[in-house]
Amino acid sequence: MDARFWLLQLFNGVSYGALLFLLGSGLSLIFGVMRIVNLAHGTFFLLAGYVGLAVISGTGSWWLAIPAAALAIALLGVAMERLFLRPLGSEPLRQVLLTFGFVLLIQQATLDIWGGSNFEINPPAALMHSLVLGGLYLPLYRIFIIAVAAAIGVLLSLVLDRTRAGAVVRATVDDAQMARGVGIDTSRVSMLTFGLGALLAGLGGVIGGAFLGIYPGLDFEILPLAFAVVIIGGMGSLAGAAIGAIVVGLADNFGKVLFPQASYFTLYAPLVLLLAIRPTGLFGRE
Amino acid sequence: MKGHRKPLAVLALLFAVAVLTPHTTPFVLLLVTRILILAILAMSLDLLLGFTGIASLGHAAFLGLGAYMTAILAVRYNFGLGWGFPLVILFGSLLGAATAALFGLFALRARGVYFLMITLALSQCVWGLAYRWDSLTGGDNGLNLPGRPVLGVIRLGNDTAFFYLVFACFAVSLLALYLFVQSPFGKSLVGIREHEVRMRILGYNTWLHKYIVFVVSGAFGGLAGVLWAHVSSEVSPDDVTLATSVDVLLMVVLGGPGTLFGGVVGAAIVVFLREYLSTLVPWWQYVLGGAYVLAILYLPDGVLSIFRQRPPPLAAGPVSAEALTPSPGPGDELKINQGGIE
Repeated sequence: MDARFWLLQLFNGVSYGALLFLLGSGLSLIFGVMRIVNLAHGTFFLLAGYVGLAVISGTGSWWLAIPAAALAIALLGVAMERLFLRPLGSEPLRQVLLTFGFVLLIQQATLDIWGGSNFEINPPAALMHSLVLGGLYLPLYRIFIIAVAAAIGVLLSLVLDRTRAGAVVRATVDDAQMARGVGIDTSRVSMLTFGLGALLAGLGGVIGGAFLGIYPGLDFEILPLAFAVVIIGGMGSLAGAAIGAIVVGLADNFGKVLFPQASYFTLYAPLVLLLAIRPTGLFGRE
Repeated sequence: MKGHRKPLAVLALLFAVAVLTPHTTPFVLLLVTRILILAILAMSLDLLLGFTGIASLGHAAFLGLGAYMTAILAVRYNFGLGWGFPLVILFGSLLGAATAALFGLFALRARGVYFLMITLALSQCVWGLAYRWDSLTGGDNGLNLPGRPVLGVIRLGNDTAFFYLVFACFAVSLLALYLFVQSPFGKSLVGIREHEVRMRILGYNTWLHKYIVFVVSGAFGGLAGVLWAHVSSEVSPDDVTLATSVDVLLMVVLGGPGTLFGGVVGAAIVVFLREYLSTLVPWWQYVLGGAYVLAILYLPDGVLSIFRQRPPPLAAGPVSAEALTPSPGPGDELKINQGGIE
């Protein structure tokens, strides 16, 4: 276990964190704007993987699969919000259970269409190489994930901080009632946020399909990690989601290496402490 | 009196279940056994959700603790397979209570959506240990128990005998929880559900009330876990997942929160769909998912609300003084208030 080993683990942790950022940032926005615990978020991720797979087998283009699957999931999210979540008003518990109903429906649908076997998405050959850096072999694909997550993060934070639409979202996160009071259509904000969150999850699903694989049960394996990201970062905070994602990515990776018998415990126990001390997360605002 | 009719109906139904179930098929017998065990768990969650108004997304932790404790004692220490079993039941409840006492210290600092998150994180801690601590828990494969306990001439390996044991535990739990929620303490819980600040102003230590009910809830969750370990003689990390916690929540919401017995009805529906329907059709999950969606959209007060009588319209009879007072109708007393989750 030399320095190179630890550097590689660090790199793996950060790249896993980048993937979790795609998943967690959307969940965090949904959480912040709508106060919904979306249990279907991991299932969006998984479904996107399957859709991406179908697009690849249909068109042969991996580059097309990413936007196509992400858009499909975004549409699904918008429909779900409009038709089912919105009519419930603000009843968090019932909304949670409703999203779980969709988990079951989508799981069964994917099982019917794609069966129970494990799939893997093969990225284009150009991304299959490794970058050799100071004796370290860094898979290009993981660098690609980090780049995508960074680009999305920068883009989202520019939109949130610099545009009117972003200001509207931030206002809704801070105080939805007040936002309505000044004439913001929070219902539309909710719909678009849910769609955006689903889109990001979809993006993550296709991209993550290459190194996590695609299989039944993946959705609920990754969902608690996405929640961990949101908890650490605080709901509705993009910067928080970024830091939370890297922390969870590193904690997951190093936990498995250092304390294999207690690796998930070492991830969730600090979360409990954090929540108890600062329920709104590191960057969340009450 | 009307107040006595409901408990009588429940008693009659339970009596029928106790007498008839052993005469059905072995499959149904086990199915009902599972329903009764999960009903204990659902009722314990109803204490929190329906009566106190706090929704936990981590109730599977207590089921898992009781189940793993039972399995570990049996497999690693060969304990609890004979006359030690009543002790295991006691230990399981105590472990549930003790863990809840620890978890409650953290969880009850949060409220609303944050309470959902912190209970989720807490149960994920338990899941993480179950999944990863191979040397103790068997990791991903879980643990297989060597068989059900033998208490002298009573062999619980016999499904009928085990059913009656579970039934007895269930009946005792139902009675105990019923007395608990009917007590002045239980009434003050409802007060907290309806308006916590008002209760605090009245001088109630609402934190302590919630803490105590959390511990009691954990104890019954642990009890359900002990029985659960023996129903199929295996425990696995799947028992402790988020999906299990959500299922228990659905049981309570489906049956009608704040009714105690609603949890039993909810458990029956969910177990029936999961365990029975899945043997009939491969697409059973559509039905379960559909049940989730439809129940949430159209049955806000649970299935039991279908049978509840609507108050008669005022014009139908002579107007009594009672009808004129703005007392809550029968629908209101069962309405779940999620004021705590805003």
